Amino acid sequence: MKRALLAVLLLLAGAHVAWAISDPAEELRDPKQEARAEQIGRQLRCLVCQNESIEDSGADLARDLRHIVRQRVVAGDSDAQVVAWMVARYGNFVRLSPPLEWQTLLLWGSPVLALGIGGLVVLAHRRSQPKPPAPLSEAEQARLRDLMKT
Amino acid sequence: MSTRRAILYAAPLVAAVAAGGGFYAVLHRMQEGSFDPHGVPTMLLNRRVPGFELPGLASAGFASTDLFSIGHPVLINFWATWCPPCIEEHPVLMAMQAQKIPIWGIAYKDKASAALDYLQTRGNPYVRNAIDAPGRVAIDWGLTGVPETFLVDGDGFVRWHMSGPITPKMVKEQIEPLMKKYGG
Repeated sequence: MKRALLAVLLLLAGAHVAWAISDPAEELRDPKQEARAEQIGRQLRCLVCQNESIEDSGADLARDLRHIVRQRVVAGDSDAQVVAWMVARYGNFVRLSPPLEWQTLLLWGSPVLALGIGGLVVLAHRRSQPKPPAPLSEAEQARLRDLMKT
Repeated sequence: MSTRRAILYAAPLVAAVAAGGGFYAVLHRMQEGSFDPHGVPTMLLNRRVPGFELPGLASAGFASTDLFSIGHPVLINFWATWCPPCIEEHPVLMAMQAQKIPIWGIAYKDKASAALDYLQTRGNPYVRNAIDAPGRVAIDWGLTGVPETFLVDGDGFVRWHMSGPITPKMVKEQIEPLMKKYGG
């Protein structure tokens, strides 16, 4: 009850601020909470610009989502809970770093796959290399010595 | 020419043809509106609509409870007066209204006066009108932009979703069959 009251008070305290990108008024008063909110926000995709995180985006929706992230942080949600809140509404697409699932296996496996393909190419190349030439015979060596002298 | 050589020469050609075919298919689907590379699939598909309660524009608004036992399918259309694709979509909505397809409208991040003005001058395709001025309910719906339309069945479950303007082709090929399927 005390915590809930505190959360409400904190929410009300933050309610007067105007929201805009890199607007200091958007930030939470508690620097620790603000740092956490920023860190969470940087993992969340802006659904409008899509290649920016909501922390970097100037879109209206990103600003609303930043606001919600801060509300949830103040309310005492863990990082995972805030991300889960977003995923419940926007799916895993909202996460800039997708979780390892069977659908993302190819994505996460691509470095290993690339390494494997590269290794195969190197192996194939080594095999197809011609054998080193046979050592020179006695007569050939004699001729080489002759040629080097002149 | 050895078969190995033949394969070496043919491989790039085959790859180029396959890539060209793929690009053509994707671009064609983008042109007819059935594929949107920026589209975010809705999490609500085959789930019940999220809980909400919104004020109306001129008369009463509506709430999720109105959709839970509505008994017939309905389209929920998020729109805004400041959104050009919504204006582009508007005649299609009017045509659906003429076909007796029920559409409920939610004005997103808009002013009630501006929304009413828009409906008065261009025509009101909606059976019921609500407004989500702060855009908070829209986030619970997973909205990424306007227009966005959800087909909700008689029990309040989302059965179809489109982010972006609806085209006459979509009405004929997707919405009409679904309305029939869910008893419209």
